[in-house]
Amino acid sequence: MDAHNEHAHEGVNYDGIVGPAVALGFAVFIFAISFGVLCVNAGGSVPKAMTMSLLVFTGASQFSAVSVIAAGGTAVSAVVGALLLGSRNAIYGVAVAPWLPGSLKYRVAAAQFTIDETTGMTLVQNSPERKRRAFWVTAASIYGFWNVGTLIGALVGNSFDTQKYGLDVAFPAAFVAMVAPLLATRKAQLAGIGGAVVCLATTPFVPIGAPIVMSAVVALIALVPTQRKSRRS
Amino acid sequence: MSWTVVLVLSLGAFALKVFGFVIIGDRKFPPQVEAVIALIPAALLCALIMKDTFTAGHDLQIDARAVGLIVAVLGVWRKVPIWLVIVLACVATGITRAIS
Repeated sequence: MDAHNEHAHEGVNYDGIVGPAVALGFAVFIFAISFGVLCVNAGGSVPKAMTMSLLVFTGASQFSAVSVIAAGGTAVSAVVGALLLGSRNAIYGVAVAPWLPGSLKYRVAAAQFTIDETTGMTLVQNSPERKRRAFWVTAASIYGFWNVGTLIGALVGNSFDTQKYGLDVAFPAAFVAMVAPLLATRKAQLAGIGGAVVCLATTPFVPIGAPIVMSAVVALIALVPTQRKSRRS
Repeated sequence: MSWTVVLVLSLGAFALKVFGFVIIGDRKFPPQVEAVIALIPAALLCALIMKDTFTAGHDLQIDARAVGLIVAVLGVWRKVPIWLVIVLACVATGITRAIS
């Protein structure tokens, strides 16, 4: 899946693309190692962890699925929760598609790399040419770091007693790091609080894993019109 | 973690990406749909944090994991590098378990 061969053009300015792309890659690398460790400890294996990272390739979803399985949740709730988390990649696809025109094959390939980091890096560039380059440079960096990190984590994962070293907390710690940048708006904060409340309130009563899926309902508050003044006052 | 889960997730995640990028492509999602989808990660990630910290099966419980969560939240808030946040959170929980 080489990223078309257009990186090699002469006179292209990579300033402000390669540096941030590598920095993002390094951050992702840490998540990837954690993912590999947690995946093999949740009854996964090196091939399963690698298949996830090579094919699923969207971190939060992978963590979510493994987290639900590790807790004893059903396969259905693991998959549905993970796919709900992955639905944002569809929005990202719409956002970056205008900057990545090409054949059907090219666009299907680009779609696989359309995730948080590549979308963010693409949209902040100021010219179509730089947007396209930023997308592919970031894709290469993240894909490389993500899969190498997963492999390292999966290979060493079985030698850890995850409980003893507190490694099970790598799940919530990683989720805290992932969610923090999302909580910039009032509605996102409300969605976060709502999701947390739904999870805790339903856990005793529904199948393990189902609270994660159910928490997505809170996102419907997006449809409530925002208003500056309270209606009642 | 069965192969079925791995493969269904692989196909589903790819399908979502292709749906946005290729099928919808240059057109737009209805703004309401986009707004709802945009809020899903905040809700789900916070739900996952609660599940991974405060639940064990169907039970709610507060244990050594809560210490790790507090450390993680403080670390992210103080803009500590992500790798260090994860390491510190795990160490904090590990130590708490060891001494309790």
